[in-house]
Amino acid sequence: MATRMNKTDVVIVGFGWAGAIMAKELTEAGLRVVALERGPARDTQPDGAYPKVLDELTYNIRKKLFQDLSRETVTIRHGLGDTALPYRQLGAFLPGDGVGGAGLHWSGVHFRVDPVELRLRSHYEERYGKGFLPEGMTIQDFGVSYEELEPHFDFAEKVFGTSGTAWSVKGKVVGADKGGNPFAPDRSNDFPLPAQMRPVSAQRFGKAAAELGYHPYDLPSANASGPYSNPYGCQMGPCNFCGYCSGYVCYNYSKASPNVNVLPALRQSPLFELRTQAHVLQVDLSADRRTATGVAYVDAQGREVEQPADIVILSAFQFHNVRLMLLSGIGEPYDPASGQGTVGRNFAYQNMATIKAFFSGEMHANPFIGAGGNGIAIDDFNADNFDHGPAGFVGGSPMWVNQAGVKPISGIALPEGVPGWGSAWKQAVAEYYTHTVSMDAHGAHMSYRDNYLSLDPTYRDAHGRPLLRMTLDWKDNDIRMTRFMAEKMRAVAQAMGPKALRVYVKNFGDRFDTTSYQTTHLNGGAIMGTDRTTSAINRYLQSWDVHNVFVPGASAFPQGLGYNPTGLVAALTYWSAKAIRERYLAKPGPLA
Amino acid sequence: MPDDPSFTSRRRFLQWSAVAVPALAAAGAPASGQAPPADYRPAFFSASEWAFLRAAAARLIPADALGPGALEAGVPEFIDRQMATPWAEGRLWYMQGPFVPDAPPTLGWQMRLTPRDVYRLGIAAADGWTQDRHGRVFAELDAAAQDGVLQAFESGKARFEQVPAAIFFAMLLGNVREGFFSDPVHGGNRGLAGWKLIGFPGARADFMDWVERDVAYPLPPVSLSGQRG
Repeated sequence: MATRMNKTDVVIVGFGWAGAIMAKELTEAGLRVVALERGPARDTQPDGAYPKVLDELTYNIRKKLFQDLSRETVTIRHGLGDTALPYRQLGAFLPGDGVGGAGLHWSGVHFRVDPVELRLRSHYEERYGKGFLPEGMTIQDFGVSYEELEPHFDFAEKVFGTSGTAWSVKGKVVGADKGGNPFAPDRSNDFPLPAQMRPVSAQRFGKAAAELGYHPYDLPSANASGPYSNPYGCQMGPCNFCGYCSGYVCYNYSKASPNVNVLPALRQSPLFELRTQAHVLQVDLSADRRTATGVAYVDAQGREVEQPADIVILSAFQFHNVRLMLLSGIGEPYDPASGQGTVGRNFAYQNMATIKAFFSGEMHANPFIGAGGNGIAIDDFNADNFDHGPAGFVGGSPMWVNQAGVKPISGIALPEGVPGWGSAWKQAVAEYYTHTVSMDAHGAHMSYRDNYLSLDPTYRDAHGRPLLRMTLDWKDNDIRMTRFMAEKMRAVAQAMGPKALRVYVKNFGDRFDTTSYQTTHLNGGAIMGTDRTTSAINRYLQSWDVHNVFVPGASAFPQGLGYNPTGLVAALTYWSAKAIRERYLAKPGPLA
Repeated sequence: MPDDPSFTSRRRFLQWSAVAVPALAAAGAPASGQAPPADYRPAFFSASEWAFLRAAAARLIPADALGPGALEAGVPEFIDRQMATPWAEGRLWYMQGPFVPDAPPTLGWQMRLTPRDVYRLGIAAADGWTQDRHGRVFAELDAAAQDGVLQAFESGKARFEQVPAAIFFAMLLGNVREGFFSDPVHGGNRGLAGWKLIGFPGARADFMDWVERDVAYPLPPVSLSGQRG
């Protein structure tokens, strides 16, 4: 017999960036908000306390902050005819767990979006013709424009305390020769903080890129370059490049997180309650299935609890949002055979190539010096900043040196041919570790008819419910794109003057490798759009089918981006919250 | 014979030791991770398993002219202590069946075995395989023969019955590196040997003054307990 809680105005499922932003916006609107987080309470103290957090084995290697797969994971298969098997160990991607979610363990690269990527299908059809997209590619437009989102990008940067160099503000170029990105869209305001310092390896990359005629710029970083107080009154300290960023809780209050940048303000509100170790099983629907009545969850003791609410926000990690919709019967599950249904459609990832450049002893990369969001990048091959016609593929890629702090268990790359152990290995790690520069081509990943999410027929979670099943593999378009990008990046790397290079790039025929970390930038499955037959949620992130359910997160992206997703997740969440505050509360019902 | 590399190596190693030992003593030698290697009594590994582990660690990261190896750095103790963690019992992994161990490697770990199982079955198989071919267990072979055996495990040329040799080897090598490079709080990296080898400053974690400078970082590593290398 489930325990029934008092009804609340809003219940939020998952307390990462999207959940925290929604909670702040909706308590400001006077609504009572209950946030349910399935993981433990986490905060700078005690989880990021110095010096205990500076422990690579516990954090990066045993992966303390990430999802507990023993209770729930996903299954993965490459193709429709395959049997999916469980993702038993964390490898290719690292979903978060606990208060702050992935926003606690992320690096802090804080981009906006290239406007072209918000209307990717329309743009390609206009510039290259309808026949240019390969068979089976299902990219589409987000249904919201950069101009509509700009105020929300601006505000999110102020909340995150983002450091960067603007190219243009209100149409006026301010960042030429200063580290601004000439391909970046116009802004209503400068970054709240100037760009972070440039590590030696990033300086080298920028110099080489400029020599080749490219346009290096400072990566926008949600690691504070100076002392900062955000609009919520939350304070950040200057990042000291400690190198313990991605995979760690920042000990220094320098990396933006829901915990540092939003939660201290939310705690002041009597309208807000956060319950941890509350694992939501499903959204409960009314008899006509047109509205949600609340959610059912299991608490820390294992009791089933009902939490009635007028509005349900699904703001768990990308694939958990999709799974909760499938388990709850919100929307029609996608069927790749017929193309019918929307929930699970357009699952996409990231398409990375990496180069390690090994230098002689005179060049000191000192890779232990790092900040997760800092670096120097070029956008000359991102989005549609170059002619894709002769290149013959869809998608773009920024390239960068993003020195986030390379540590010795996980991070020592060596030139090809060096043995993995023995004295020769020892000699090589001693010779190369402090003289190695790592760079990435962080390619966008497109969506395809048969890359999708569904419920697994065999494997179950600790509560006996079906795991989510990923069907995902690389297509020729993806391989062509990443190989093109790797060659462009190789030229930059060569211009840096290394002794040797090692290029990590996919080959034609390579399958999706679940064991090798790429990024945690998973997209789609509950995508936004303007046509209810091809999207699960409308342009306000509202379920087409159950109007009091909103689903913010990268699950809303119809395809992957060249940029890191968090900035767009935050802006879309503010955009959705504005629609709830200004329109939905006055007249609950479909907003589109 | 001064030109003999082994002589030079040994001499350098002794020089290193002479420097390192007073530093260890000065640090106050906290109980965790600072006992001399020979004094540690394994909790998980049997005597024969322990002999294998020590011998294999000594070949995977050998003591040489560059300084101490895995054995001197306490790596076997690190691995033994790891065997008492939830990781070693497979409790960080999804371990519900059905299991399909012959799945493509791109789909990752699909065996029922935990790390404790892999060591228990793997070391027995490794010593059995070595006994069959060399008439002695691994720890009793000379260094060159041990390297040859490890190469057979690494490449999978050695066939084990219950756990694939290459999987056993990969776990062993991974754990040896972890023990060599992790903070000494976990029992390995004694004297911060791994960090000194490569120039990793450990838990210093503040590089404000060094970000933009193309120079060698001058300060020695420091551990979570405040030990300096």
